[in-house]
Amino acid sequence: MNFRPGYYLIAIGMSLLLTACGSKNSSESETEKLQGEIKIDGSSTVYPITEAVAEEFRAEQPEVKVTVGVSGTGGGFKKFGRGEIDINDASRPIKEQEATTCNENNIKYVDLKVAYDGLVIVLNKENTWVDHFTVAELKKIWEPEAQEKITKWNQIRASWPAEDFHLYGPGVASGTYDYFTEAIVGKSGSSRGDYTASEDDNVLVQGVSGDKNGIAFFGLAYYEENKERLKLVPVDNGKGAVTPSVETVKDGTYAPLARPVFVYVADAAAKRAEVSAFVNFYLNNAATLVTDVGYIPLTAEEYQRESAKFKGFSTAQ
Amino acid sequence: MSNIQRNRNIDTAFKYVGIGCTFFGIVMLLIFIGNILVDGLTRIDWDFLTNLPSRRASKAGILTAWTGTAWILGLTAIIAIPMGVAAGIYLQEYGKKNRLAHIIELNIANLAGVPSIIYGLLGLEIFVRVMRLGGSLLAGALTLALLILPIIIVATREAIKAVPNSLREASYGMGATKWQTIWYQVLPAASGGILTGIILALSRAVGETAPLIVIGALAYVPFVADSPMDEFTVLPIQIFNWVSRPQQEFLVNGAAAIIILLIITFAMNGIAVYLRNRWQKKVSW
Repeated sequence: MNFRPGYYLIAIGMSLLLTACGSKNSSESETEKLQGEIKIDGSSTVYPITEAVAEEFRAEQPEVKVTVGVSGTGGGFKKFGRGEIDINDASRPIKEQEATTCNENNIKYVDLKVAYDGLVIVLNKENTWVDHFTVAELKKIWEPEAQEKITKWNQIRASWPAEDFHLYGPGVASGTYDYFTEAIVGKSGSSRGDYTASEDDNVLVQGVSGDKNGIAFFGLAYYEENKERLKLVPVDNGKGAVTPSVETVKDGTYAPLARPVFVYVADAAAKRAEVSAFVNFYLNNAATLVTDVGYIPLTAEEYQRESAKFKGFSTAQ
Repeated sequence: MSNIQRNRNIDTAFKYVGIGCTFFGIVMLLIFIGNILVDGLTRIDWDFLTNLPSRRASKAGILTAWTGTAWILGLTAIIAIPMGVAAGIYLQEYGKKNRLAHIIELNIANLAGVPSIIYGLLGLEIFVRVMRLGGSLLAGALTLALLILPIIIVATREAIKAVPNSLREASYGMGATKWQTIWYQVLPAASGGILTGIILALSRAVGETAPLIVIGALAYVPFVADSPMDEFTVLPIQIFNWVSRPQQEFLVNGAAAIIILLIITFAMNGIAVYLRNRWQKKVSW
């Protein structure tokens, strides 16, 4: 038998490698050609915005390699604090502990607001009894003490049916969960544990649209895309019930469930021409790109303020 | 009489239960594939394969995702195949059958059952942090190589075990050394089984997401990697990213990417079946 297995193995390896080779395309642009790599990670909520910016930035600076990960706000801050990434997408402000890590590793940073996101409370279409929730009622539903005790609608408001409700929400690692618990329960990361959690908001949409007694919270964009399957609930913070919408989030009346989302830029990165060009491009084009991907832009003045803040930060370095 | 009748009834009942069980899996698979094809087939065109990721679902493509998958596959193969096959040969042909060998054997079998995310954590610590490879293709490939190593080792051992001893004895009888016997007789005779094991192991690696996410594979990579140290994304991550988007058009993209991933997996399984049949016919003792 004149057969050599070695050759076969090498041949398989080689052919697999060859298929991995591809081509790169590049285009001309008038502005100064920059090079380098920009590493971005963090929140999956902010990801669509950063992806849109990176995509448009590439048309202007094709030689700058921008990569974006989705480790979550917390996961991103861990890498950020170790100096592994240049920019972190964050759907909540940095936590004290994360700030301490940055401090210990001598990483200074600036937080830039890039958009608003509204958190919506939604119910099943067949839910006829709920007209609005007050913040206090939401707290009663979601606080840790409610676990296994508050389980029926009539425990929230006596006029509601004596049926069990079912809760759906984002997983505890997400910035959305942190923000919601902070705004409603009063302490970030503190809630009852007996709810259906998923990192994929489409799963939450599925869950509540198929469950007559479901209650869920997630980002406004997911409601906008699934309007016909869900019932949106106005929230009353003491000044009357407000229905979440682009307008009420923007003008601040839909409180406390409207939140700003951020990018955090490290000092070492801000000094680099390609990063500073990217961040400026981000703030200059955010207004249109943010709307494109389903989020709510800041006002023009607010973007100018953030630009000035970044300028001040990068020149101070 | 009634006893016989009862046993026959049990016999028939089991037959139908068995048919039900068999078809359950197949029907589920067909429903799944049909569903995905309906959702995604119209989305697949040349642009879909050659475009970069984009915020516009209609313009978004999977170029970086499938090239990333191809890179990972190639590197994983290069790392895992020689190691796995060598370890399999050693354990089967050279290793002594003592207590230590038994412990090693047990551990390899256990390794094959460890959840993939654990390998991701291991890879993160060893390859990404200690060896400072970062979230690179090489770190990803090493992690997946660890993951499929036990599968390759077990497949190699089984294939070698199936080679009849008479073949070895004849080879020794002709004055061949142990290595010559393994290289010229045992391995060629076992290669069908070994290759099948390798390809099935690799097609498992193709579908893995969790360990790669842990070691830091990215979601948006607008360039095709040109070295093993580049950062990367892979098809399963792109799919996960798309199906968790709110817009319906991205879900369609996800379905289309799933079809591409299925084609890759089915093609690899097809090759495995082909090789097995080919060698079974060719090799006769």
